[in-house]
Amino acid sequence: MKPSNSPMLRFEKVSKRYGSLTVLDSLDFEVARNEKVAIIGPSGSGKTTLLRMLMTLEEIDDGVIYVEGEPLTHMSQGERLVRANRQHVSRVRAKIGMVFQHFNLFPHMSAVQNCIEAPVTVLGLSKDEAYARAADLLQMVGLGDKLDHYPSQLSGGQKQRVAIARALAMRPKIMLFDEVTSALDPELVGEVLKVIRQLGEDHDLTMLMVTHEMGFAKEFADRVCFFDAGKMVEQGTPQQIFGDPQHERSKQFLSAVLETR
Amino acid sequence: MMLEWDWNYTWEILPILGEASLVTIKATLLGFLLAAALGLVFALLRMSRVRYVRWIATAVIEFIRSTPLLIQIFFLYYVMPEFGLSLDAMTAGVIALGVHYACYCSEVYRAGLDNVPKGQWEAAIALNLSPFVTLRDIIIPQAIPPVVPALANYLVALFKETPLLSAIAVLELMQTAKILASESFQYTEPITLVGLYFLFFSLISAALSRQLEAWLSRRHGGTR
Amino acid sequence: MSPRFIIIVILSFLVGIALATFAEFRVFFPELLRGAWVTIQLTVCSALLAVVVALIAAVGKMYGPCWVRGLAVGYIEVFRGTSALVQLFWLFFVLPYFGVTLEPFAVGVAALGLNIGAYGAEVIRGAIKAVDKGQWEAATALNLSRMQTLRRIILPQAFLLMIPPWGNLFIELLKGTALVSMITLGDLAFKAQQLNQNTLRTVEIFSIVLIMYLCMAMVISALMRTLEQRASKGLMRGRAN
Repeated sequence: MKPSNSPMLRFEKVSKRYGSLTVLDSLDFEVARNEKVAIIGPSGSGKTTLLRMLMTLEEIDDGVIYVEGEPLTHMSQGERLVRANRQHVSRVRAKIGMVFQHFNLFPHMSAVQNCIEAPVTVLGLSKDEAYARAADLLQMVGLGDKLDHYPSQLSGGQKQRVAIARALAMRPKIMLFDEVTSALDPELVGEVLKVIRQLGEDHDLTMLMVTHEMGFAKEFADRVCFFDAGKMVEQGTPQQIFGDPQHERSKQFLSAVLETR
Repeated sequence: MMLEWDWNYTWEILPILGEASLVTIKATLLGFLLAAALGLVFALLRMSRVRYVRWIATAVIEFIRSTPLLIQIFFLYYVMPEFGLSLDAMTAGVIALGVHYACYCSEVYRAGLDNVPKGQWEAAIALNLSPFVTLRDIIIPQAIPPVVPALANYLVALFKETPLLSAIAVLELMQTAKILASESFQYTEPITLVGLYFLFFSLISAALSRQLEAWLSRRHGGTR
Repeated sequence: MSPRFIIIVILSFLVGIALATFAEFRVFFPELLRGAWVTIQLTVCSALLAVVVALIAAVGKMYGPCWVRGLAVGYIEVFRGTSALVQLFWLFFVLPYFGVTLEPFAVGVAALGLNIGAYGAEVIRGAIKAVDKGQWEAATALNLSRMQTLRRIILPQAFLLMIPPWGNLFIELLKGTALVSMITLGDLAFKAQQLNQNTLRTVEIFSIVLIMYLCMAMVISALMRTLEQRASKGLMRGRAN
């Protein structure tokens, strides 16, 4: 999938602070359509915050995020940009889906119910349409026989796959993956990565992944971004970043991380 | 909506209500003293190694907690004389309040006692301290400070239930208000004033209790 | 709970049987039953009112616009800060001056329902807060609105958490119904006093009445336990992977 020209996502001087701590420092960042970006770095570097701000789970302190050219949490009023109202945010946010580190499945609903909830209540699909879509997606992630299972009856890897299906049911254009394998037993990581790889190959999706799985990032991502202390220190193709890191900090991080693998 | 507030009448009855409020406060404090002391006894009984003592204590506490305080007040006031123990209204009321709230306090003490690490008991045994001394000098001093806010809550709850004593004609706030109202046929002012009185003290105690909790959690580095 | 339960039940039956041998028992027991029926009706109606009011106040306090929040906080503080009896008397004696005259049963339901509802609002608030934040985040990621999230995702999970505290509140409510005897409503407590004055069988009457309240309280506890079991099955909680 060749990324096209106009950026799908654009962060323009985006900053986030917690009190005196600057988590993201005036970030300028672009993602092209259908590009697969891996975001790596030490904890506290701001990479998860980046994703959470994009999903409107955190407020932006400075700057603007553009999704397909449109500001996410702002609206144009003539020349100026003002805080967007709920309808605007909802409309733009609908293009983005997210999978969480701790799954966050709805425990009182079965796998298929988890997947039809939002399509029915937000998109207005009929129960049958939503069910058909959910069944397809769950089949695609390898859980076609577990439609009526509840989260408490599923393994971590299965739960994460349901979470992926649930996010896909809303037909987003952008998928965010926040360390989605970090909470899994090592032997369950593979099945989730396999699904993500398949997703990238078969569908037109822009994907942002915060991950510690360097091997996966190396072979799957189009671009790798290294974050540290709230700034994007270095970015490039996997070959560039993993093979020949330029920045001192990147070299430090990668040698420490890759040594243990 | 006929909102006629008779200010003259209000000033007239304020001193009378003020005096009655002293009776309310007296009943509250005496009742709570009994509740706090008896509650600790109940809590210790429930920890007894003798099964039957435990069971009976638990049964009695459950019984008292599950039945209305009003009936318990009547029981003490009307039934005790049959067994030769004639109590005046105030005493009967205070005892009823005290015993009823002792049951709630015992739960609070139990939680506090449970929270003291087992290691404390073990160290005391290793030092050959008797159970009584252990409880008195080691366990109870550690168990009580964290639960003081919870006890304070029950003090306020007890305070708010003192109007029940009006049922056996104790001349506390509610009873006095009723008497004033029935004499003057003006109900709005007395009863509203009583309500405001309780509301005022309740809000103050809520604020104080929040302060107390904040202070305590700073001292104990955040309890649990 | 079991050994304790058994002791209470056995003691109750023993006392019951002993008292049943008194001739007058057969005369005043039906009267007490009538009072108990009023108590039960009061409890059920007030409970319904309390739950509805608590839900509205809790959601209003947490998510409403400024003025709704103010009303909710005001309601909760006033009804928690004053005792049920004061509220009962106020509604019974003072409300008529505002042109609203309710019959004693309605006054009882209103006072008790509003009183317990104020405590219930805090219980509901606590339960909603206790639901894992990740659920809200997943719902936001799926673009669910706040009300949709609350209704479909959060409240069903909060429901299970609220059952034990609500059980305690319902028992408080049951005990509170005794207060209506002071506005001459013919509940169990009222009948107890009445019969006491007429027959002077003080010990028997009040003992039986206490046991009757205890039985009603145990029924409430049992109902809440069943509700909790049913609800947790629906949530499939506590099942290991």
